[in-house]
Amino acid sequence: MKKSLLALCVCIALANSATAATTVPQSQIEALEARIKALEANDEALRKQVAAASAALDATRAELEAMKGATAPELASTQAGAEPAAETAPEPESVAAPESANGNAFNPAISIILNGSYSDHSLDPDQYYRSGFPLVGEGVPSAQGFSLGESEISFAANIDEKFYGQLTLAIGVDGDNTELGVEEAFIDTTALPSGFTLRAGRFFSNIGYLNSHHTHTDKFFDRPLAYQAFVANQFGDTGVQLRWVAPTDLFVELGGELFRGQNYPGGTAVHGADVGTLFAHAGGDVGVENSWLAGLSMLKSNTDGSEDGFSGDSTLYLADATWKWAPEGNFKDGGVTVRSEYFMVDRDGLYTDPLDPLLDQPWTGTSRGVYVEGIYRINRTWETGYRYDHLWASDSGPYASDYNPVRHSVMLTWLNSEFSLLRLQYSHDQPNPTDVDNVLTLQYQVSLGAHGAHKF
Amino acid sequence: MKTYLLSALLVSGLLASPAQAKLRIFACEPEWGSLVHELAGDKVDVDVATSAMQDVHQIEAKPSLIAKIRRADLTVCSGAELEVGWLPQLVRQSGNQKVASGDGVFSAASQVTTLQKPAKLDRASGDVHPQGNPHIQMDPYRMLTVAKALTARLALLDPTNAAFYQQRLADFSARWSTATKKWEAKAAPLKGRNIVVQHDAWIYLTTWLGIKQVGALEPKPGVPPTSAHLASLVAITKSSNTLAIIRAAYQDPKASEWLSERTGVPAVALPFTVGGNPESKDLFGMFDSTIDILLGAAK
Repeated sequence: MKKSLLALCVCIALANSATAATTVPQSQIEALEARIKALEANDEALRKQVAAASAALDATRAELEAMKGATAPELASTQAGAEPAAETAPEPESVAAPESANGNAFNPAISIILNGSYSDHSLDPDQYYRSGFPLVGEGVPSAQGFSLGESEISFAANIDEKFYGQLTLAIGVDGDNTELGVEEAFIDTTALPSGFTLRAGRFFSNIGYLNSHHTHTDKFFDRPLAYQAFVANQFGDTGVQLRWVAPTDLFVELGGELFRGQNYPGGTAVHGADVGTLFAHAGGDVGVENSWLAGLSMLKSNTDGSEDGFSGDSTLYLADATWKWAPEGNFKDGGVTVRSEYFMVDRDGLYTDPLDPLLDQPWTGTSRGVYVEGIYRINRTWETGYRYDHLWASDSGPYASDYNPVRHSVMLTWLNSEFSLLRLQYSHDQPNPTDVDNVLTLQYQVSLGAHGAHKF
Repeated sequence: MKTYLLSALLVSGLLASPAQAKLRIFACEPEWGSLVHELAGDKVDVDVATSAMQDVHQIEAKPSLIAKIRRADLTVCSGAELEVGWLPQLVRQSGNQKVASGDGVFSAASQVTTLQKPAKLDRASGDVHPQGNPHIQMDPYRMLTVAKALTARLALLDPTNAAFYQQRLADFSARWSTATKKWEAKAAPLKGRNIVVQHDAWIYLTTWLGIKQVGALEPKPGVPPTSAHLASLVAITKSSNTLAIIRAAYQDPKASEWLSERTGVPAVALPFTVGGNPESKDLFGMFDSTIDILLGAAK
């Protein structure tokens, strides 16, 4: 079925290009004529502009002459006025000239994210445990003291008229080791008809809201507890994704993914296609000032041994909702964002004790988690927010617990420009019945290079 | 079940792209939506992505915009990286191959010579645009050039209505040229006058009318005014016999009113695009209103 689906897609693509090629020549000639006319008109307009500009320039020169010997502020103002006038002399040939003729002209867009933080934990991160939820992957508390976190380098470009490619490398420092990780390395089709996009390679799954977003676009220093506990911060793996956007007024996006199953909640990738997802997102506007986005997703994993010792089938259900309000729709100048995501995981399998593999025990049951966050954008440079995290442990299995971890976080962010920010965050985390971790974090985050275009 | 779902998706996808429907156009800014309306009337459907009260440098890639791009046959935008923070994201997320590249993409700034191309690219200079100042809509000559190029594009994408578009262009050009002469005559007293602007977005207007910009409230493009910079502007505004302090309709009036209070120079909001004030119902209204407001400040 999947093969025939792909074949169908390809057929449609071919059919589309075929019809495009057989356009009536007469109409093309007419269009060309129209273009030539437009170019001639452009030329004429440019000539007029040159004339107007040189006239303006002459006038300015005359004025400058007249003002020789004038007092300093007056002179300054004249120069400020003269500058744009001088620039009005256009160079007609530059309209058609290519932007750049050197060998780097086709370099992909490069952007770099630098990030650093200082965290003060009241509880030693090494002593930290979360009732009902084993700590997995990067879903752990931040380091005590200074930390570089992850620096990111991203390259992206259209490959040709049918493909787009992106490579994102994450560089982290762990003790004496420098770790280079491939965060994303994928290609997207850009030429499939009817709103389909096929993606292949390594990428973050499109389940939920935050999962497909790079952490540098997050509003808080760390990911919600539910993301830490259920997908080890963020689920990404190697695989394929098919996505379709409906041709409707309402934004509707449907899709599915098939992954190797190497990363948590997968693990061993026995068949090399052990994790599958389905996702649906819808969104729209209510008036000019309100926008919303909501989704339902699921992730099914079959593993022979994941990082937390689980073997068997697990299914993650995820519901997400985002509401944004901003005066006149100017989201960067003020407004409120409210977001929540709800996680539920059903497990049916076995727990293998890493210390003694003979001590197998059944691991079935349901665990859940939620976060709710509200962000208040005060103006172009300040933003503050609150986040509430809650996890519900399963009442059976090796990590069964009556205690449900809770965390409160508040943050204040200063955004100097679109490219740099400083963030102060305080979290009050109660991961187990006996411990409290009060964390104060100061973080900087900057982006260099290509201007990023962020998702909603 | 999955099979049915996917086939249903495919079928609906095919049904949704009939061969000869009305051309659907996604206009990034209201001025281009208005221009499309002048040139194509009701032969096309137009979605305008932003309003005159929004800062087009800073638009979010909202789901509603993805849905609009998804159905577009052509995007008509200012270009010159004005929409770099949101348009590429919309196009990629929409999966619409028609507007990914080629004839489905129309950039107004690429049809004309842009001004203020920076000699040096450095973000320390603020939000600079490597391809020059993108706010070309404030020059009626450039607008006419764009209109001609846009007509050619419409004719290319929708050959059955090519003659109609040509006829509309001829009509528009005639009315526009007459109006341009009228505006120039009316604005003659503004020639040589000095203005202070909020954002460096008026170079095409000032060049056209021979107005001089003596200062900007934003110390660097896109950087919010600082008190130190504002203080230095007071002197220059006072000493330059400044006509007015200009901002676009969408901009926060606080900074320009602060300067106005301290200098006695009137602060005025110009429409900047169609819909920027009640008089700016179309492109003609936008220029009428702009010149009326400036002349009002001169009195």
